[in-house]
Amino acid sequence: MSREISPPARAVSDPIGEAIVVQERSPTVGASRAAFRSVLDPPSEREEPGGPSEAPAFFRDLNLDQIVAAIVTGKQEYNLAPFFHRALKTVEAVEYRQAVMRDLEDQSRFDAINEFASGQRVVRDHVAQVTKLHDRHQKLAWSRDAIELYCQSVERLLAALGASPPGSAGLNGFLAYLDAYVASSSFQQLKTDAASIKAKLASIRYTMLIAGSSITVAAYDGAPDYGAEIQADFEKFRQGAAADHIFKFNDFDQMNHIEAGVLERVARLFPEPFAELEAYVSRNAGFLDPVVSRFDREIQFYVAYLAHVRRIGGAGLPFCYPKVSRQSKEESVSQCYDLALARNLLDSNDKVVPNDYFLHGRERIVIVSGPNQGGKTTFARTFGQLHYLAALGCPVPAAGAQLFLFDRLFTHFEKGEDIHNLRGKLHDDLFRMHNALASMTSDSIVILNEVFNSTSLSDAIFLSTQILTRIIALDALCVCVTFIDELAALSDTTVSMASNVKPGDLAQRTFKVTRRPPDGLAYAISVAEKYRLTYGQLTERLNS
Amino acid sequence: MKAYLMHRDRDFDVKRDLPPNESDLTRDLELPTLFAAMAVKDELVLEVAKRAILGAASNDVATIRYRQEALKDCLRNPEIVRGLYGLGEESFQRQRKIWPRFREYPSGLLDNSVERMAVFVDVLKKVRGIVDRHGAKFQSEAFSRMFATLARELNDDYFALIDQQLKRLKFRDGVLVSAALGKGLKAVDYVLRRPLKEPGNWLERACQDLSEASQRLFGGNPNSYTLYLAPRDEAGARAMSELRDRGLGLAAGALAKSADHIASFFNHLRTELAFYVGCLNLHERLFELRTPFVFPEVSEADALKVSSRDLYDVCLALTSNKRPVGNDVGADGKNLIIVTGANQGGKTTFLRSLGLAQLMTQSGMFAAAASLEINVVNALFTHFKREEDAAMKSGKFDEELSRMNAIVDNLKFRSRILFNESFAATNEREGSEIARQIVSALLEGSHKVVFVSHQFAFTHGIFETRRDSTLFLRADRLEDGRRTFKLIEGEPLTTSFGEDVYREIFSKTETQVGAASPASVREETQAR
Repeated sequence: MSREISPPARAVSDPIGEAIVVQERSPTVGASRAAFRSVLDPPSEREEPGGPSEAPAFFRDLNLDQIVAAIVTGKQEYNLAPFFHRALKTVEAVEYRQAVMRDLEDQSRFDAINEFASGQRVVRDHVAQVTKLHDRHQKLAWSRDAIELYCQSVERLLAALGASPPGSAGLNGFLAYLDAYVASSSFQQLKTDAASIKAKLASIRYTMLIAGSSITVAAYDGAPDYGAEIQADFEKFRQGAAADHIFKFNDFDQMNHIEAGVLERVARLFPEPFAELEAYVSRNAGFLDPVVSRFDREIQFYVAYLAHVRRIGGAGLPFCYPKVSRQSKEESVSQCYDLALARNLLDSNDKVVPNDYFLHGRERIVIVSGPNQGGKTTFARTFGQLHYLAALGCPVPAAGAQLFLFDRLFTHFEKGEDIHNLRGKLHDDLFRMHNALASMTSDSIVILNEVFNSTSLSDAIFLSTQILTRIIALDALCVCVTFIDELAALSDTTVSMASNVKPGDLAQRTFKVTRRPPDGLAYAISVAEKYRLTYGQLTERLNS
Repeated sequence: MKAYLMHRDRDFDVKRDLPPNESDLTRDLELPTLFAAMAVKDELVLEVAKRAILGAASNDVATIRYRQEALKDCLRNPEIVRGLYGLGEESFQRQRKIWPRFREYPSGLLDNSVERMAVFVDVLKKVRGIVDRHGAKFQSEAFSRMFATLARELNDDYFALIDQQLKRLKFRDGVLVSAALGKGLKAVDYVLRRPLKEPGNWLERACQDLSEASQRLFGGNPNSYTLYLAPRDEAGARAMSELRDRGLGLAAGALAKSADHIASFFNHLRTELAFYVGCLNLHERLFELRTPFVFPEVSEADALKVSSRDLYDVCLALTSNKRPVGNDVGADGKNLIIVTGANQGGKTTFLRSLGLAQLMTQSGMFAAAASLEINVVNALFTHFKREEDAAMKSGKFDEELSRMNAIVDNLKFRSRILFNESFAATNEREGSEIARQIVSALLEGSHKVVFVSHQFAFTHGIFETRRDSTLFLRADRLEDGRRTFKLIEGEPLTTSFGEDVYREIFSKTETQVGAASPASVREETQAR
């Protein structure tokens, strides 16, 4: 049967780390700075943060792949997807992230992070540029610029975060780290040296006498501005504003060999600042602080998710921070909706239809029946999304949510009607389900969508009953979308919910799934619908 | 340095928008005839005459008088004015012959600008010569001020300075450029420099090289280093010439801008003189025809002043090569002139002569009359019946009102509107009522109206209600039915004597070989 979350990979590829050619220095600073590691996980978390680059198998079934793709769009440089592939296991870890997320809802803090991100991006661009340049002096100059921009970006972030102290342990820990880092004498030296070299280089003025096939480079000796003189001499003919002549020159960062030759001679004329520059850059090759770099990437997990929340929330749909529990399997959710569907409907006039559900006492299994195209599958997906997003420490698409924090999540969705491979498929399905059941615990979540649809009704009833009975025995949480009414009465832990038609117009779906007993029509109709043979469908087909 | 021959304080703007009704004005007043007579095939004069006359209503009384004085100077010294105009033309033509090569590169632009400057200097010296010889003969503010400016600005020292600059701008000794170090140590802030000391000849430069080399050999820090381009290094040569161009950019830009300014000065001079040359041309024609002309007395737009002797249609004079019949008008204190009377009795001609006089006067020209006092208006409109629309009877009244709508959209405070048999494309009762309502509204809105009408209900109604503020003119008719083409004062009459015209045309076509069209008959009879 099912797909599950594979355990997080230990080796996490870090594209930013790779992009930065300059080697990172090792953290050699005091205890206060060493205490902070990650803004994604509390210090107690033993697991190496990051996440598998491969998405869990159920991502497709729950449309989480679409959701994550939408969230990380435009953030490719951070390779955020792995963060979304690892669900948290403890309430503490979830609440650690929820607190950071809440902190970032503050607009000025959110803006500060964005500014820091673009500052760090510019630093990376500079470092990348160094490798592309050929001229020795130019490489040094771009390296120095990178360091200076890095210092500025870090200092600005410290000032912005420090302006209103965050409430979360994650951001507070980072702030304390940053404060100590910026105050350190090595950082201060890094900064002031960069500034003093810049000032010395900027004060250089030289002249080029271009005559015939030679260029003579010399220090500027105060010769007057000839263009200005010409302008003044012809001033009396001025007739209002005449168009300026704008010439286009190619301004590549790369110098041609003539420019490089001139620069080399400037360096000979002014040897000291150039020597200082060289010493400075080689002294500070590993200027990037690893904790800061890691923060730069990790914080984007929150930024990206919050940006998505704003996009969807802008359409009037609610989000909430779920209350999660590892003990209680009682759940209560109001106005939840399919986040992937909500995004796809953003540009259309249609709106998603939110649903409510609850599980009280010993209730564990939701049996969803009712007419097709009535929102059953959407409900099942929503159920899965809510739990998974909650386990990422994110706000969930609902107005209110009390959710169980699962250990593993299994899904089994019917894929198409492959009549040609009926036996092979059934065999395969049962094999996978067996495996899944073997690794399932009482803390797992199972989502079954139209399983065994392609077998005979009696087979389907038998197989479904067998599987569900095992899940019931495990006491796992489960949503089962089915046309088999009988399943709803399997145990006192099952709850029946059904999709609805509009009262008075049986062909019109409301997409609302509500808690009520199955109405008994579901099977015949669902089969007829499957082959598009209902009165309405057939009439429509015959008329087309 | 400004010419300022058209306005006391600004250039004449040929790009300025013409009034929105320029095509109606041109057609209804037969302006192309006037423009052609002024231009005598000079395209610039044609263009400027058009602009000056069609845009005349925007000139205030002071500007009109400023130009009248300048034009009087021109009439006294026609050859000198034409000579100056010719120099403007010469500078323009010689400019055009300079090949605009590589102007997108600083070095190309610089060479081009040096060459242009040389032409300008040459022509400016000739201008200076005219100023020296003839400046004293001009009395108008416009010309005497311009000549004084030219004499002051174009002195010998100045010519010497320019000559020296142009020589230096050939950069025989190389280009000196200063720069600073920008992002990535790329050179920034390129500034062209004038060397403190002239770089000297090749021998000195060779010595410089030698001292560099020896200092490098024997230690010590030389104060310059030289980079030599390797033979056949084409990319290097390109890079070097780009470097040179970066330095020259500012100077080339400055010189080109100066050249553009001088070109612009000549252009304005030539443009503004073109108006006066056009006036001189027209004056010559009228002089040949022995028709009168006058510099009108103008009053402000709030005055009610139209008073003339022998006011005639200058375009009719030009096409017929004769002195046409003129009218005497005394409409001071009147805001409405109603013209009624015999068909082909000179009503339209009168309307046109008044419109032409208004525009010519406000453009600063003389007017076609023996005497004229007239108030300026802020805009002039014509609403003439459009004969070619007669075929589509049903839409014609609609078309008339639509044109009226456009006029009202564009009215300016204190405009004058000339109506020629307007709103007659319906029955007389309706047409009269429309005309009455429109005219009443216009008058009460401080506009002035001249209305040629056959509609007795309308004209009589005006006579009953607005007699005191209206001048009634009637096309004259002798007892035997012959026209004098002169308008006389008189209240509207019920008939327009169409029968007379009918009879005249039919008797004429019967007696002449090759029947003439009614239009040519009209011209012939009017010219009589």
